[in-house]
Amino acid sequence: MKGVRFQNLRDAGDPAEQAARYEAQGADEIVILDVAASAAGRATQVETVRAVRAAIRIPLTVGGGVRTVEDARQLLAAGADKISVNTAAVEQPALLGELAQAFGCQCVVLAIDARRIGEAKRWEVLVRGGREAALQDAVAWAREGERLGAGEILLTSWDRDGTRAGHDVELLRAVADAVRVPVIASGGVGTRDHVASAFAAGADAVLAASVFHDGDDTVDGIKADLAVRGIRVRR
Amino acid sequence: MSEVVIVDSGVANLASIAGAFRRLGTTAVITADPVVVRDASRLVLPGVGAFGAGIAALRAKGLDDAIREATVRGTPLLGVCLGMQLLCEASEESPGVTGLGVIEGTCRRLPDTVRIPHLGWNSIRVDRGATFLTRGVAAFANSYALRESPRGWTAAWSTHGVSFIAALERDATLVCQFHPELSGAYGAALLERWLTGRSATTEPAPTDVPGLTRRLIPCPTYKTAG
Repeated sequence: MKGVRFQNLRDAGDPAEQAARYEAQGADEIVILDVAASAAGRATQVETVRAVRAAIRIPLTVGGGVRTVEDARQLLAAGADKISVNTAAVEQPALLGELAQAFGCQCVVLAIDARRIGEAKRWEVLVRGGREAALQDAVAWAREGERLGAGEILLTSWDRDGTRAGHDVELLRAVADAVRVPVIASGGVGTRDHVASAFAAGADAVLAASVFHDGDDTVDGIKADLAVRGIRVRR
Repeated sequence: MSEVVIVDSGVANLASIAGAFRRLGTTAVITADPVVVRDASRLVLPGVGAFGAGIAALRAKGLDDAIREATVRGTPLLGVCLGMQLLCEASEESPGVTGLGVIEGTCRRLPDTVRIPHLGWNSIRVDRGATFLTRGVAAFANSYALRESPRGWTAAWSTHGVSFIAALERDATLVCQFHPELSGAYGAALLERWLTGRSATTEPAPTDVPGLTRRLIPCPTYKTAG
């Protein structure tokens, strides 16, 4: 079930319309990961960002194929508030510092796709949409990314992504303990229990796609449940 | 509603703030021309990034003097995030760099006992006597902040490890450490009050729990043509 998010891409409708609906439900932020972004796709990506920005009044993070400060600048000019980098940061770590220098570290999100190695509490870093193992230690990479200029970590468990089996809470706890910047947990949300467990493990935020897109749950529904559990959310 | 002039120092992301004003039916002019800034009927100073780079960018274009002149003549001013900090006297982020000095005080780094940057939605509580500011929850993205209320301003507060200044108002000037343009209905209503000069209908503040809330972030799924 690896990489379900990336392999099951479907034409899922208008992202601006979805984003506006999520804001109305109480979403705290929107993340758009354009996994198909390339030099040729950049213009399309910029148009999408512009449309989503016009539709929402909450922070917007954009990622997908960002390789240079200039790529980031284009997306910020179109209305992104934060830029997420993944493969490019692994291949040229100095990019994190360059982005932080240009836009501030609060603007720089390091996305890490982590896959568990064997049974031990060890995770490797995958790049190129999960097709390639790049680094041996995801926790060390999170710490290094913070040192280089990342202001937030978007942590995806490759083992859980798309499975709806819950987050890899051991991974989440290991990274949340290793860094001082906020950590967004991604990959595996299927139930309200999963969201609450991610926060209990130290996540500052939880990202989910399919559970909302498929209509299995709503942002306000999950937030109401979190509030009942004593977890503070904006409502 | 009158038009707003947004100062383009080259270090800010202007799309969100310009979009917020357009949504309120106001014309937003983006400029780096000090003459346009000095003569603006309403001025917005946004900003992201580091204090030193922000001041340097303003100086390079002669915008620092233009902004100060506008404040002296009483032009309604909105400062947002780094824009608010640039209006202070200094910041621990860039020691030795002199700010615009419109607001007394030095911005200090938030404490190491909490996650930094301070990202997300935090409760706002407001001192007595505010016109624009109300209690609520607003979106932040900062590592530095003022910690004391400067003389002559009415303050709003948030807590992240320590209490810090979330916003200040004085006459027609409003400065926010948070991003009103990214703070949903709360921020839109605040911007509208600043634009129209209408005061908020305030109620007694309840005992809001201070501090950041946990965030829930949907990720729209779609397929690109690229």
